[in-house]
Amino acid sequence: MTDVAALPDAVAKLIGVTQYAETAAFPAERGYGWTSCASVENGNPLYWDDSVAETLAGGPILPLTTLSIWMRPHYWSPGQEGEGLALQTHFDLKALLDLPEAVISDNTIVFHAPVRPGDVISYAQVVRSVSDVKETRLGVGRFWVIDVEYRNQDHELVGVESYTAFGYRRAA
Amino acid sequence: VTVVAGDVIPPLSYPVTTTTVVLGAMASRDWRPMHHDRDFAVNRNGTKDIFLNTPNQAAWFERYVTDWTGPKGRLGRMTFRMHGSVFPGDTMVISGKVRATTVDDTGCTWVDLDLTLAVDDDVKTTCAARVAVPTETDDNPWARAGARWQP
Repeated sequence: MTDVAALPDAVAKLIGVTQYAETAAFPAERGYGWTSCASVENGNPLYWDDSVAETLAGGPILPLTTLSIWMRPHYWSPGQEGEGLALQTHFDLKALLDLPEAVISDNTIVFHAPVRPGDVISYAQVVRSVSDVKETRLGVGRFWVIDVEYRNQDHELVGVESYTAFGYRRAA
Repeated sequence: VTVVAGDVIPPLSYPVTTTTVVLGAMASRDWRPMHHDRDFAVNRNGTKDIFLNTPNQAAWFERYVTDWTGPKGRLGRMTFRMHGSVFPGDTMVISGKVRATTVDDTGCTWVDLDLTLAVDDDVKTTCAARVAVPTETDDNPWARAGARWQP
């Protein structure tokens, strides 16, 4: 069981709190959907053939596993300072725990209503847990779990992601 | 076609290149350098090269599952665990087996799959996937919404 008392106050206070409720910088669009399909050579006609999409899904939908990309910030945009980072709570935990490296070890995605071209997705992040200090082959650090809930412009749930990450410091 | 527990899905073999990794990262809007900058991956992450990112692995599993189900197959959920990284030069093999089939309270037929992504028989990622398939030829899981869709 996590010894929350051993965590820095700033981290303990984050657990269970909804953070970074944000709306996407751009509407979901087919170009990225097709690029995603191209990256894995996915020829599913549901994504390529509008007549199939109309028959099965009432019109075009985007590949289900593109869910998270609609909330990923641009690498650069006017006025933006620093690199745009998705899953900001993950990077906050790295900084607060002084763990310079991190990897995602587990990822659960639950798919609800499909995302359609033109949808504007919103999301919010919640830190669910932070473990005690652990040692793995990567180094010494902590595991944490972050949930991300995605909704469309009609507040309809389109998906929920849960990430387990290991933040660590490499052995000297 | 009847699907039963123990059914094996034909494996998918794919030679991973630097382009595979970088295209997958850019397609998923993942700008982190360990997926496109070899020096960063080696010196900061301690890996031997850049490696496939998580969202792109999800896309590979989605493709694998729907290659098998056809377009009426509708994924309900996927849970991954990464055991190791996939690098340029690797030939990855995605394999799968039916763990169970069930019909939920709404009449939706679910197939639970155990999937692996391996390189040289070394499992790099495991994935438990749940996919809805048509119960009858005129059934369409994509028509389900609200209380009739319980992923």
